[in-house]
This record gives sequence, C-alpha cells and structure tokens, in this order.
Amino acid sequence: MTRPFWNPYAAGIGLGLTLLFSYIVLGTGLGASGGITRIAASAAHAVAPSAVEGNDYLNGYFANGSPLAYYLVTMLVGTLAGGFLSAYNAGRVQLGIERGPTASSGLRLTLALIGGALAGLGARFASGCTSGQALSGGAMLQTGSFVFTGACFAAAFALAPLVKKEWQ
Amino acid sequence: MNLFAQDLLGTPLGLLLSLFVGLGFGFWLERAGFGSSRKLTAIFYLHDFAVLKVMFSAMVTAALGLQLFGALGYIDLAALYVPESVIWPQLVGGLLFGLGFVAGGWCPGTAAVGLASGKLDALVFLLGAGVGSLAFAGLQPHLGDFMHASVCSIGSLPQQFGVSGPIGALVLLAVALGAFVGATKVEQWMARRNQA
Repeated sequence: MTRPFWNPYAAGIGLGLTLLFSYIVLGTGLGASGGITRIAASAAHAVAPSAVEGNDYLNGYFANGSPLAYYLVTMLVGTLAGGFLSAYNAGRVQLGIERGPTASSGLRLTLALIGGALAGLGARFASGCTSGQALSGGAMLQTGSFVFTGACFAAAFALAPLVKKEWQ
Repeated sequence: MNLFAQDLLGTPLGLLLSLFVGLGFGFWLERAGFGSSRKLTAIFYLHDFAVLKVMFSAMVTAALGLQLFGALGYIDLAALYVPESVIWPQLVGGLLFGLGFVAGGWCPGTAAVGLASGKLDALVFLLGAGVGSLAFAGLQPHLGDFMHASVCSIGSLPQQFGVSGPIGALVLLAVALGAFVGATKVEQWMARRNQA
C-alpha cells in the first residue's frame, strides 16, 4: 500500500530546517553533485590513475588520500539512506523505469544518460546543483545562485515541449 | 558549532554529521514526492508545481532562520561557506543543468532518492552525471579565464540593492508567497482545462 506524498509546504519547511541545521552545525549548506564528482573521479582513478592525477581539476581530490573521505560524499550516502528509509516506510520502493505512458524504456534510459551528463557538466560549470547553488546559495541570498536557478528553469521550460513524449 | 570555519569537515565527526544531514535531506525529498521523475518534471508542463513550492518553502525557511540567528548573534553569517557568485559560468552551468534536468528527469540529489526508491533511470542519470563531471574536468584547462568571468564583484542580492540581510529574507518570503498563489492558480486552471 503506497501512502500519499506529504504536503509540499510541510515537506519544504522540513527540508529548510535540515538546511538551517546544516549551516549551523557544518557551517555549509546541502550538496549532492560534489559527491558524484568525487565518486566519478575515484572510479576514473582506478582505471587511469596517471590521467586523473595529471588533471588540474581532479588532482586536488587526491592530495589528502582518498577523494571519498569528504563531507559531500558521506552526505550523498546519507541522502541515499534517508531516501530509502522514507520510501520504504511509505511503501514506495519498487524496481522499475519511470516514464510516460507512450515512452519506451530505451528512449527513457537514453535521455536519462544524456540528461545526467548535461546536468553533471552544468553543475561543475556552476560549482553546484539544485542543492548547492539553488537551495543553499539561495537561502544565503547569493546573486549567482539566483542566476543559476533562473537559467536552469528557463532552459528546462524551453526544452520541455521537445521531450514531452518522455513524460506525459 | 560551524565545523567548516574550524576546518573540521573532513574529520570523522564532520563526515558523520554530514551523513546525518544527508539522512534528513533524502528523507524530506522523498516525502515531497521527489523520488519520482514524473512528479519532478510535471512543473515544466504546468500540471504540478510541487518543485517550486518545496524549493521556495525550504529556501525561505532557511533564509529567515539564518537571518534571525545571525541578527541575534547565535551564528556568524560571515563565517559560513557560501558558493562564490561568478555570473557567467553560473549562467552557462544553469542552462546546461536545466536541459539535463528536463531531459533526464532528475537533479543529483533527487536522483539519489530515486535510486533508493528502485528507479533504474535514476541510476543511469547518476552514471551520466559522473561522466559529465569528468568531461568538465577534461574541458577545464581549456576554459581560460571564463570560470572567473563575472559582470562585477557582486555577492548577495541584499548587498546589491543596499538593504540588510533580514530585509532581503523578508522580500524573498513575499516573492515566495506570491509565487505560491500564482502556481496554485495555474494548477487549477490546467486541471479545469484537462477536464473539459
């Protein structure tokens, strides 16, 4: 039995209190893309160590031992675990590929891969994603965070009609 | 407490507390319904503005709390880590990210929650995001000064407009309340249109 989602304002206030707690205790906001970048760098390092260590952007990750011993990596692990606890409790854990009624799995997974790559690239240009820039920077009223958020929604609304089949 | 200011984020305590913060982050995202990519992308078809409602509520809650605690002297806002505003790369990054968001159906944090809910498309999105991050690392040496290109040295919006932080947070609250009313009106209008 799947339970309904919570009221968006209530969930938003809960999320905001988590963000506030993060700022007070950690001294920094929430983040997700940074953990992904470090896991990717770690995986790439296992395959091609010299190429990764020779890269200006990635070599700093390896200066103090493992790139995974970093707060954004454990935060990402926590996000996975928190998401699982909530989904399991609400009866929402189910293996599958989520897509619109007329979209094929192949189309959905292809666009998920391309979309993920664009989002991963964009997050590094912006030094953050919807959590690090939009939410955390926005809560500190940072100009660049609002520029990022505005650009993000403008581009998404512009592309939405072309990928409508994937969702609706 | 502020572990960042004391350079303690990388210690076992910092890593553990970050894990704990992540637990809350993932929990609330999932409760909001953000373990579903169709729920997340519904905003782009004007059916469901949960993304706007949740994000704005969270941002305003944290902004008001931060300004209040800052004004009371409980926390030093200047000692917090905030991402530096560098306008041009953040504009380009935002555009790329938005394309990826609607095509892929996730953002990094919600994809983690989607994966935890058993969504294979979230796993594929995360693999893509890893590849995209590495692509940036390959591109970065060729970007020259672009990553530091800003229109001027602007930090926060209140500074920009010469008002105090608490006033800025109250303006954000007013904008959010207006957006909630507008979004709900659009949702109702779309629901009526789909019935007809």
